[in-house]
Parts: sequence; C-alpha cells; structure tokens
Amino acid sequence: MGTNFEEQFQQKIDQETKIEPKDWMPQKYRHTLIRQISQHAHSEIVGMLPEGNWITRAPSLKRKSILLAKIQDEAGHGLYLYAAAETLGISRDEMYEQLHEGKAKYSSIFNYPTLTWADIGAIGWLVDGAAIMNQVPLCRSSFGPYARAMVRVCKEESFHQRQGFESLLVLSKGTEEQKRMCQDAINRWWWPCLMMFGPPDDESPNTLQSMQWKIKRFSNDELRQKFVNMIAEQVKVLHMTLPDPDLKWNEEKNQYDFGKINWEEFKQVLQGNGPCNKERMDARRKAWEDGAWVREAANAYAAKKSIAS
Amino acid sequence: MQTLFRKFFYGDYGEEKNLAAENNQPKQTISEWPLWEVFIRSKQGLDHKHAGSLHAVDAAMAMENARDVYTRRSEGVSIWVVESKYIHASNPDDADALFDPANDKIYRHPSFYELPDEVKHM
Ligand SMILES: [Fe+2]
Ligand SMILES: [Fe+2]
Repeated sequence: MGTNFEEQFQQKIDQETKIEPKDWMPQKYRHTLIRQISQHAHSEIVGMLPEGNWITRAPSLKRKSILLAKIQDEAGHGLYLYAAAETLGISRDEMYEQLHEGKAKYSSIFNYPTLTWADIGAIGWLVDGAAIMNQVPLCRSSFGPYARAMVRVCKEESFHQRQGFESLLVLSKGTEEQKRMCQDAINRWWWPCLMMFGPPDDESPNTLQSMQWKIKRFSNDELRQKFVNMIAEQVKVLHMTLPDPDLKWNEEKNQYDFGKINWEEFKQVLQGNGPCNKERMDARRKAWEDGAWVREAANAYAAKKSIAS
Repeated sequence: MQTLFRKFFYGDYGEEKNLAAENNQPKQTISEWPLWEVFIRSKQGLDHKHAGSLHAVDAAMAMENARDVYTRRSEGVSIWVVESKYIHASNPDDADALFDPANDKIYRHPSFYELPDEVKHM
C-alpha cells in the first residue's frame, strides 16, 4: 500500500476520527488490534474460572448472587470483545482455536489460584481495579468497535470493584481469623496485580507505535503508578497493609514509591509455568469439547426448522 | 516497518508468532453459528440503536442471547436482531461521492436565511 493511504490514516487518527472496520487500515494496525482484542477477550473468559471456583461455596445467598452476576458480566465482556475482534476479519472459531491450542495468551493474573473466600474480594478490589485502570483509557481507543465495547465494559466494572472491596471490608471487621484471611489474600494478589500492567516502559520498544495509533493512550508504568497511588490509600480503610516494605509516599514526586517487581515470575507465568496455567487451559478445552454436541444439535434443529418452514 | 509487535499491553500479551498475520482468510468451521446484529430500544419513544453482535443458530436464540448479553441491567425495552449477512452497508471509499454533495447546499439550513429582527420565533 502506498504511503499516501498510511498518511491519510495517521491524519484521521491524529484528528481523533475513529477507524471503523471497513475503513482502510495498515495491516499492522489490524494485526495488532486482532491480537490485543482477542487476547483481552480470552482474559475475560478465562477470568471466570478462578471466581467460578467459589460460587458453590460463597458464604451467603447474597454473596453468591453477587458473584454469579459478576461472573456473568465477565462472560458478557468476553463476548463484546470477541465480536469487536471479528469485525477485523478473524472468525470466532479461529480465536477459540488459538486459545485452546495455547497459541494465544491471556492475562497472567488468572493463572493464580483462589485459595480462600477472601481471594474473591481481593480479585474484585485489586484485579478488577487494575483492569479498570487499563480499560478506561481504552474507551477512547482509535478503533471504533473496540472503544464502544470498552464503554460497555467499563460501565459494568465499577460494581465489580466495589463489591470486592465491600466484601473485604466485612472481613476486615470480623474475627481475628477473618482479618488474617483478608490480609493473606491481599498479600498474595498484590504483586501479580502490579504485573497485570505489563513490563516496564523501558523494555517496551513498540510503545510508540501503539501510542501513535492511539490504540493505547498511557504507558504501562503510568497506569501502574496510578493504580499504586489509589490502592495505597484504599488499603488504609481496610486497616490492612500492602506486602511491600518499600512502599512509601514521595512528597517530591507527589506519588507512592514502591518496590521491585519480580519480572522473572511474570515471564514464567506468561510462558505457561504459573500455578494454574494447565488447569485453566484444561478447563477451557473441556468446556469446548463437552459443548460440541450442543453446538451440533442447535445447528441440526435450525436446519430442520428452516426446511419445514 | 517490518518488526513484529513484541510489546505487551493490557489485553495484549504478545505471542511467539504473529497469529493474525498467519492466514488472511478467516477460518470458519461449518459448525460456527451465524452472526447476528443486535439493535436495542433503550426506552419507549427512542429509536433502536446498534448494540453489538452475537452468534446464534436462529432468530429465537439470537433474541435470547441478545437479552442476556446486551440487556443485563435493563438497557432496553425492545430488541431487534437481524442476521449480519442481510445488512448492506455503504462503502467507506464512496463516502465522498455519497455525502459531499450535501456540503454545498447550505440553503437547506435555516441559518442561511437572514430575517429582520421583528420576525420572532421562526
Ligand atoms: Fe471484565
Ligand atoms: Fe470485572
């Protein structure tokens, strides 16, 4: 394609004109988006698994209803996003295949186990909190269908974070054992949540291109810092602590300093060596295979009905 | 411009190969359910507006899925579903030819006409 198309394309982006599926776009823009949106979708879907682990064991009917509603939202998020990716010319089946064959990745955070009930609260508060931090700027992404899907997602996310925090708040006012459970969950989820924002900016040579295309609006480190600033304050309300001895307010920079992230762990989890990678993938594949007869039966039923009519 | 994107973003965790570039034709299995577009009337008196799409084998299933996927918080009072293949869209390349001619017909707008101040409320 001539540079002329690319120049016009960049002009549109610079003027904040949204790109729609049938508009001309550089192949690389298309591929970057397919990858980002489909992996975002996979994350929503796989993300249901750690929480699903506690549906039958939620401590009350109220908590169970809330958890069910939240997980159903996550399924919806996955569906909005798959649909957005499909507008770029990849089929749903193809995306599923990439996930099931282990070719496509999803957020590293969902490869950690949910050991106690407090983990469900911590996920809502911290994991969804980190997700919101990332997703809000994506509502202004240059690709129309992605941006619109994110608007819908963000409207639903705030309930996710609030219910998580509130659930921890109850534990934090409970028995000594409940308080310990609450602190333990925060301790285990804190660092993996910071990793959710991705590697530090100096290791991200292609930040520029995606920023220039306005697929992404803020750098990983900028968003991570915002998240730390927010959580470091909120944790005080719970009378709990974050597991970082280096965490302290920096008057000069007007932000919290925090300790070193273990990037080796992040890499290991992304490469498939996290505590639950295998379990998650097995669960997804099983769901797909077990559902085969339903997909076939529905097709057969529709075919039969269309002949009859 | 030949470098692969190795950058990891939120929702984009990189990959060993560029999967999207691997094949240009969408690989769709015969069993993949057709795609439907969903339109929702958010409240009585307003138009139906495109909400998104979903897969379903027939209209009844599309309707049920649309309710679950797009109206979990009473976002709508009415749903339309139409199989995506029946939607005909204008081509963005034709946008100039289609829509530009309207630009120079400013006399179609009320502000084109200057009337004396005595004429009120017109
Ligand atoms: Fe979500
Ligand atoms: Fe969520």
